[in-house]
Amino acid sequence: MTTANRNASGNGDGEPILSVRDLRVWYGTAKGAAQAVDRVSLDIAPGEAVGLVGESGCGKSTLGRALMGLTPQSAAHDGKIIYRGQDVLAMTRRQRHALRGPEIGLIFQEPMTRLNPLMRIDDHFDETVRAHEPGLSRAEIKRRSLETLGHVGIPPTRFHQYPHEFSGGMRQRIMIALALVLKPKLLIADEPTTSLDVLVEAQILRLLKDLQTEFGTALLMITHNLGIVAEACDRMAVMYAGRVAEDGEVGSVFANPGHPYTRELLRSTISLSTKQLSHIPGSPPNLVTPPDGCRFHPRCPDAMQVCAQKVPVATHPRPGQRVYCWRHGPDDRIPDGGEQPLQQEFDHVDEA
Amino acid sequence: MASQTTSLRAYALSRLVLAVPMILILLSFVFLLMRVAPGDPVAAALGGKVSQEVLERKRAAMGLDEPIYVQFADYISDVFTLDFGMTITDNRPVLEVILNNGAATLELVFFAMVIATTLGILLGLITGRLRDTPIDVTGRLFGIFVYATPVFFLGFLGQLIFGAGLNWLPASGRASPMVQYTLERTTNLLVLDAIIAGNWTALWDVVRHLIMPATTLGLLITGVLLRMVRVNLLQTLQGDYVEAARARGVSEPRVVYKHAFRNALVPVVTMIGLQFALMMSGAILTETTFNWPGLGNQLVRYLNNRDYTGVQGIITFFAVVVVLISVVIDFVNAWIDPRVRY
Ligand SMILES: Nc1ncnc2c1ncn2[C@@H]1O[C@H](COP(=O)(O)OP(=O)(O)OP(=O)(O)O)[C@@H](O)[C@H]1O
Ligand code: SF4
Ligand SMILES: [Mg+2]
Repeated sequence: MTTANRNASGNGDGEPILSVRDLRVWYGTAKGAAQAVDRVSLDIAPGEAVGLVGESGCGKSTLGRALMGLTPQSAAHDGKIIYRGQDVLAMTRRQRHALRGPEIGLIFQEPMTRLNPLMRIDDHFDETVRAHEPGLSRAEIKRRSLETLGHVGIPPTRFHQYPHEFSGGMRQRIMIALALVLKPKLLIADEPTTSLDVLVEAQILRLLKDLQTEFGTALLMITHNLGIVAEACDRMAVMYAGRVAEDGEVGSVFANPGHPYTRELLRSTISLSTKQLSHIPGSPPNLVTPPDGCRFHPRCPDAMQVCAQKVPVATHPRPGQRVYCWRHGPDDRIPDGGEQPLQQEFDHVDEA
Repeated sequence: MASQTTSLRAYALSRLVLAVPMILILLSFVFLLMRVAPGDPVAAALGGKVSQEVLERKRAAMGLDEPIYVQFADYISDVFTLDFGMTITDNRPVLEVILNNGAATLELVFFAMVIATTLGILLGLITGRLRDTPIDVTGRLFGIFVYATPVFFLGFLGQLIFGAGLNWLPASGRASPMVQYTLERTTNLLVLDAIIAGNWTALWDVVRHLIMPATTLGLLITGVLLRMVRVNLLQTLQGDYVEAARARGVSEPRVVYKHAFRNALVPVVTMIGLQFALMMSGAILTETTFNWPGLGNQLVRYLNNRDYTGVQGIITFFAVVVVLISVVIDFVNAWIDPRVRY
């Protein structure tokens, strides 16, 4: 890919395993098209762990699924997703099957309904491994599956049971094992630890870390928990209303959040240390008719005139950190008087 | 798995045990239904044809002069000993009528079911998979048409076109007279009998007679099945585990067959069971339309002649069959869907 592409971040060392360019995904709804992902550009380097955070409904899961070309029938997409030089969205069906699983693995957010209720756990593993390595013997498949299940704490005695015989947390771990058994080169983990207790959560996070060091697996970790990001990720991206607001090294974003939304996000987490990022004043916009200009401007304490008119462009306040906010310029793109503060009625600042 | 077989067996057993009260309730219902009919059944059937004395004797023989609770107890115990008594009008054992004509009905309903499930499931899967294409629209229109058209009308239409018009298929009866008299009966299921006898001409004749009535009756529920399979498939195709399978790179044909189709068919089994009752009533109409010598046909005859024991026996039999079918369906359900047995 072109190294001169200044729009995308990237930590500079070598070719990214995945690079997303101007990706858009919109859902057809009764009220119109909901732009769940809007012109997202993002790079993930091999072996790198990237945290993706943002309020509920901002498009994280949609983005995660789109990365392997999985968008529902009711959705349309546009843009480029380049995985090791190949455009995922332009792949043939066969290529996509080969991609999903051993190349890009996905752990879904909601574990309860992701296993086929009529199939035993062993059938799920059998089918999954066989889809990619048809020649493998039954015994070998079983050995691999049990090994992976062991890593997530599911005992071999339960290998032949049906999904309904497991708790939510166990199903989540089975789903994780189903993704890991193929040793993907890039793992998209969509809130993989939501229904797990802290001990198991720590175990899973350690497992993902091991995977990275041992096999060089790259990780896109979607989460609400900034603690996990701080602990497990090298870089992070903050999404707001379908767009990337900011991304960069975890340390530098935490120390110097460039985007007012990131700042508020960090503050709300630190003050409350909850898992839910719910108390930034106001609520995320609806995605059918999002606000003009910067989508955060109705809630932004720093909003200026220009913010309501023009979509922010990428700025790089520090090396490796990318911020979409007019506060960081570029000054030559801001019209005269655009820096005047935006008069806003903050009556929606209800702390309820 | 050993534990699983045990749980399955336990489940089947509990369903069977539960079927007993179900049958008892239905029998009470049949009993009451027969009693609320006004007038004296024996007089109604034979009135004016025989002497008063004969009527009295008949009434006593049937236990109709006993108090109602004794009659009820007799009725229940008779049913469990398969003693349905004699018909009033033609003086045959009801059990014999059930066995003879029941075989004809069973054959009809069985093949109608085969046609309905094959056609309904196949068309449901095709229309669901090809959603919103011309094929889908045509298939759905067909479903609505066969569902909305009354059985006897569909039957007449068939008789008119394939019987009288094209002369492809016989328009009535179970077999041509020749076969009727020469075919050796072992089961009274003519298709089976012809196969047992190795009589292929007879088999062909019997099958030709079966096609129209069975199709007519089958189409009655094909529309319902088609719609249900289609809707279920559309749902499972969007299902979370289907998407998850895709995300693991499972090939599309396998995702569609193994995950979407199979799961879409689970509720259909229950549906088929529920449709059985409808099928029974449909059988009555079909049998009269095609002059099919089955139980439904016989029931209509007894009803017209006010033959109380005949009607009661046949309705009792229908009721028990419907309950037993529901038990079988429950069992099949538990067998394919592990969540049912707990
Ligand atoms: N299948 C769908 N059809 C229509 N709209 C959808 C669909 N899936 C998601 N959306 C909408 O797209 C937007 C983004 O949803 P998405 O699930 O990607 O959010 P998210 O960031 O993962 O949220 P959460 O943190 O709650 O998981 C939401 O507004 C949601 O309502
Ligand atoms: S662009 Fe303007 S409204 Fe948007 S975050 Fe920056 S300052 Fe706030
Ligand atoms: Mg999500």
